Amino acid sequence: MPELSFLLAQVPQAVADGVLTGAIVALGAIGVSFGLQILRFANFAHSELLTWGAYLALVVVAFAGPGTPIGPLSFGWQLIAAMLLAALLTGGLAFAMDLVIFRRLRAKNANPLSMVFAGFGAALVMRNVVVLLWGPGTYFYTNELQIAVEVLPGVRMLPDQIFILGFTFAVVVLLHLYLRYSRTGMAMRAMAESPALALACGVKVENVVRWTWFLSGALAAMAGVFLGLSPQLHPEMGFNLLLSLFAAAILGGAGSLVGAVVGGLLVGLAENLPILVISPGYKAAMPFLLLMLVLFVRPQGLFGERS
Amino acid sequence: MIGIVSYLVFFASIVLILGIIALGLNLQWGYTGLFNAGIVGFYAVGAYAHAILTAAPRPELIGNFGLPWIVGVAGAMAATALAAWAVGWATIRLRGDYLAISTFGIAVSIQLVTLNWEALTGGSQGLSAIPRPLFGWFQTPFGFNLWFFGLLVAITATVYWGLERILRAPWGRVLKAIREDETAAEALGKSPRAFRLQAFVLGSTLMGLAGALYVSFIGFVSPFDFMPILTFQIWAMVIVGGSGNNRGALLGALVVWAIWSASGVAITKLVPPAHAAQGGAVQVILIGLLLLLALLLRPRGLIGEESVVSRHANDPDPLGKS
Repeated sequence: MPELSFLLAQVPQAVADGVLTGAIVALGAIGVSFGLQILRFANFAHSELLTWGAYLALVVVAFAGPGTPIGPLSFGWQLIAAMLLAALLTGGLAFAMDLVIFRRLRAKNANPLSMVFAGFGAALVMRNVVVLLWGPGTYFYTNELQIAVEVLPGVRMLPDQIFILGFTFAVVVLLHLYLRYSRTGMAMRAMAESPALALACGVKVENVVRWTWFLSGALAAMAGVFLGLSPQLHPEMGFNLLLSLFAAAILGGAGSLVGAVVGGLLVGLAENLPILVISPGYKAAMPFLLLMLVLFVRPQGLFGERS
Repeated sequence: MIGIVSYLVFFASIVLILGIIALGLNLQWGYTGLFNAGIVGFYAVGAYAHAILTAAPRPELIGNFGLPWIVGVAGAMAATALAAWAVGWATIRLRGDYLAISTFGIAVSIQLVTLNWEALTGGSQGLSAIPRPLFGWFQTPFGFNLWFFGLLVAITATVYWGLERILRAPWGRVLKAIREDETAAEALGKSPRAFRLQAFVLGSTLMGLAGALYVSFIGFVSPFDFMPILTFQIWAMVIVGGSGNNRGALLGALVVWAIWSASGVAITKLVPPAHAAQGGAVQVILIGLLLLLALLLRPRGLIGEESVVSRHANDPDPLGKS
């Protein structure tokens, strides 16, 4: 058992690591959360959108190169452009998934669990197509080395990580404004609250559903690129995060943007703080324990409403 | 010749073990509409519980009690039932997909425990020297395999018979009533939560039984026997065979395992070893496509659900009034 003072000295760094993981989880969890509330099912294929986003950006980077590093960052503007392009493409991929699989099931009035099940199948196919196309190994976006900077006493972060935090924050603020003030944003929130009422008010449900898929895919791609930056890409990168995404979305409350972000941060902390005292081998089980705790105590989540 | 027979016996034994898991899932999904995304976790609990109870003692390990085979099987079923109860109790009252997420989570966590709690599970080395029932009575491994195959036939038949009995009894009809219309069933005084939990625990217990049978057949257990792909395979078996039909679940186990094994053989023959990972990916993609196509094109599966009515329905005088 390490000494208490030694342990306490490590807490700030663990919190910083937790917030960083949390930011990436939050970006991915927003899509899961919308899926749970607007599409009304738990999409097990969502994690594969992260993986696909990361690999699509890798393709762009392979053509354009990672660029000359901007300041202390490990990449240039090309990677940022690649990420935005990958976001568009992954949004399209999510949209196509809906077109080929989920819309057909909706048209048949299938049981929501059939959708879960189809998501399972789609995830399996998508993950293994990545292995088929890019092989089972790992990739890096850049080979630049970075030096961690001390942002606070006892807390060191890589410049890339600070960029990830800033970018995520900006995306969340923009998304919040979008949901609050745009017509489609309002329609999405209306659908999240009550599909029947939204339909009665003239909301074009199919449009909202498609837009939700696209947006989830785009956000997932950004999360995927950030995951690939810290530090590498591999075919199971998204899959390994799946439980964290679900835990964050449910913890925050399905359908809530703020909820997904807070949920993501809490999941990040729950993964990084306990490993100060227990074996890091159990890190991946922490989101599950947190999830079970939420389901026992407050199944509607922190910001969700009891249905 | 003996080689082919020996392989067929081995193949059929694996099909029966997987068939027991498929029967368990069919009870959960086919009859009750419960989504278990963590089949491999419950299977692993059964396998490890059996190994820990029966394996020959080793001083560095907590378990390995060297208990008799039957105690291992019973313990495996009890441990799995307990795990299923803990997850089900919290999540069955919630929306259906939350059970899917939680069961998926428990499977991930159990795999971590098998890898990391070395004092109990042997870590990535696994546990070995698990006694195989009556192994000493046979001169050849083939003799043992034949006997074990017979044992599996008997156990699978018993499980099948038992399930058919309870599903044709009022208990089984309540499950279907809840699946079809929860409110109506509740209005008739049946507690959906209690019945669902019973079906979930019973189904998972069968998965634990299959786990115990698997390790006492192979004599060895390691975390790598419990990869998440198994969950998908079992799902494919139940869906392809026809959910809501126990014969369908067993037929699905045979068909899907045959496709899986044959595609595995074909890929090792056709794909150069340097691309083994891609070959494996193709195999998994096949299972995924099989699932999606069955769901989109033939949701009732090969056999489809049979309409189960009371076995007294055809009696000339069902209420026995005269």
